[in-house]
Amino acid sequence: MADTAKPGHPGGAHDDSNRRDFLFMLTGAAGAVGVASVAWPFIHFMNPSADVLALSSTEVNIEPIKVGQSITVVWRGKPVFIRRRTSEEIKQAADVNIKSLRDPQPDSARVKKPEWLILVGICTHLGCVPLGQKLGDPRGDFSGWFCPCHGSHYDTSGRVRLGPAPANLAVPPYAFLTDTTVKIG
Amino acid sequence: MTGAPAMLDNKLVKWVDQRLPIFTMMQHSAIDYPTPKNLSYWWNFGSLAGFMLVVMIVSGVFLAMHYTPHVDYAFASVERIMRDVNYGWLIRYIHMNGASMFFIAVYIHLFRGMYYGSYKAPRELLWWLGIVILLLMMATAFMGYVLPWGQMSFWGATVITNLFSAIPFVGNWIVTLLWGGFSVDNPTLNRFYSLHYLLPFVIVGVVGAHIWALHTTKSNNPLGIDIKGPQDTIPFHPYYTAKDMFGVGVFMVVYALFVFFAPNLLGDPANYIPANPLQTPAHIVPEWYFLPYYAILRATPDNFIGSWMGFTLVPAKLAGVILMFGSILLLFVLPWLDTSRVRSARFRPIYKWVFWLFVICCAALTWAGSQPPEGPALWVARLGTFYYFFHLIVLMPLIGWFERPLALPKSIAEPVLSGGKA
Ligand code: HEM
Ligand code: FES
Repeated sequence: MADTAKPGHPGGAHDDSNRRDFLFMLTGAAGAVGVASVAWPFIHFMNPSADVLALSSTEVNIEPIKVGQSITVVWRGKPVFIRRRTSEEIKQAADVNIKSLRDPQPDSARVKKPEWLILVGICTHLGCVPLGQKLGDPRGDFSGWFCPCHGSHYDTSGRVRLGPAPANLAVPPYAFLTDTTVKIG
Repeated sequence: MTGAPAMLDNKLVKWVDQRLPIFTMMQHSAIDYPTPKNLSYWWNFGSLAGFMLVVMIVSGVFLAMHYTPHVDYAFASVERIMRDVNYGWLIRYIHMNGASMFFIAVYIHLFRGMYYGSYKAPRELLWWLGIVILLLMMATAFMGYVLPWGQMSFWGATVITNLFSAIPFVGNWIVTLLWGGFSVDNPTLNRFYSLHYLLPFVIVGVVGAHIWALHTTKSNNPLGIDIKGPQDTIPFHPYYTAKDMFGVGVFMVVYALFVFFAPNLLGDPANYIPANPLQTPAHIVPEWYFLPYYAILRATPDNFIGSWMGFTLVPAKLAGVILMFGSILLLFVLPWLDTSRVRSARFRPIYKWVFWLFVICCAALTWAGSQPPEGPALWVARLGTFYYFFHLIVLMPLIGWFERPLALPKSIAEPVLSGGKA
């Protein structure tokens, strides 16, 4: 390097190598940004597309559901549980000591009208559909739902009480359009 | 034994070889390759795995000609292959049972390596490449099983992709990315098909590196001692080409018994029910080759680690996932966990027995994985999981440290020439 440094350029070699280092790093950084900006489209390509995202909502007529009955509807390809709870079930859900729960939530934070419990019917463990919707289904030790996959028990508010699931059954966004129609999503 | 390649006498061969030394390479790696003269039949399973990889690619490429990767047609297209396509049933049963035969060969190959210490220096990278192949095979088989879009396809895919949601902070983002939607659905099926087609060819590449590393370090052998000189080896061809072909013949008899007489024995009948996203089968089980990991996944009690004053450090879900992946990833460090300098268990009076306990432990986990996680099966899963890690993390270093190995023979040739009494 020293040989090629221009005469009359004191310490030229040193300056030169600094400048080269800088250019080298600059080129490297530009290259990294380039690679990242090309990688992102490929990653994002795999994310839900616009048509999948287009927020679909489902309107459900809940009039025919009798007290104590449950129905399952589909929203965004997922099962949604609608249960018209008995007064006993409501009481059972409200009487729980919140502090003893794995995912502490009062029942009141999970319903708009205590009679109607609306949940995404997907176990928060690994995504199975818990049993307990149909008559004769096992409902677990807490009279709510029982996930057969790895044995999670949910109570009458859809809160996890036993088993490997880390969280309560999710509550989807919904609104009562009238007393007998609810819009999910 | 490494004379000038005889095939180079041919003028055309010579012309090609001078420009692209492909014949010289074949001569070196498949004909002259100096192989220990004492290899037992346990050494057949490497070539059997290679054979199965070829079978899977050939049968898969043909299946792809009639298969439709769409949620509305996938199940029907596979049924069409079974009923209407000429010999479709044969090609599909070859592919379906081939996956099982592939795993049988690879698992025996792997246990062989563990018994004879094939993972120890200088073969660590060879061992690593083998584990990479195992992981790629698992991904391939998992995604392949989703393609027929039956109940087990759908729910297996749902449960396994949901495992990633256990990863803190980015988990749910990753799961959505895997799905391309809000549940396992058409985008998921399409990308799994794309990857199911791709990964076997990636495996071919890694197998190439695996064999390259093998030919650099040379094969281990039942005595676990190094090759000392030409008197210890014989050329690969014709000795081991013939032996490997014989092995393929025997293996194919077993394979054919499955294909022709019990094609659905290893499968789950629930996969002949079309996928239904609203109804989970009462009992989800993966294919047999995933059962041990599935048992480990479900073995962790609630709030497994650090459940303390109502505060959970690692929730059961995450613990199960960590243990499951850890059970395989731990194999990467096996060369350093094993502190014994003797390779072959034949000269390790204690490890010899402990190895079989480990095999029994894996078999017990396989059984436990097939059962619902309750009662005795759950306890077998828990004990088995404990012992699996205990074996690798505690017993391997400990035994190597206090065990007194038997005297090693001076060379491979010596016991071979003295009639195999080692
Ligand atoms: C490492 C090699 C491979 C393994 C372990 C493997 C494994 C599997 C498995 C377990 C299935 C499900 C079979 C069933 O239950 O029906 C499957 C299906 C399928 N595989 Fe592969 N496969 C491999 C290579 C390939 C290749 C290279 C292709 C080429 C495209 C392919 C194409 C297919 C197709 C189209 C199906 C759906 C048809 C069916 O389900 O029978 N596979 N694969
Ligand atoms: S998916 Fe429900 S308990 Fe595992």
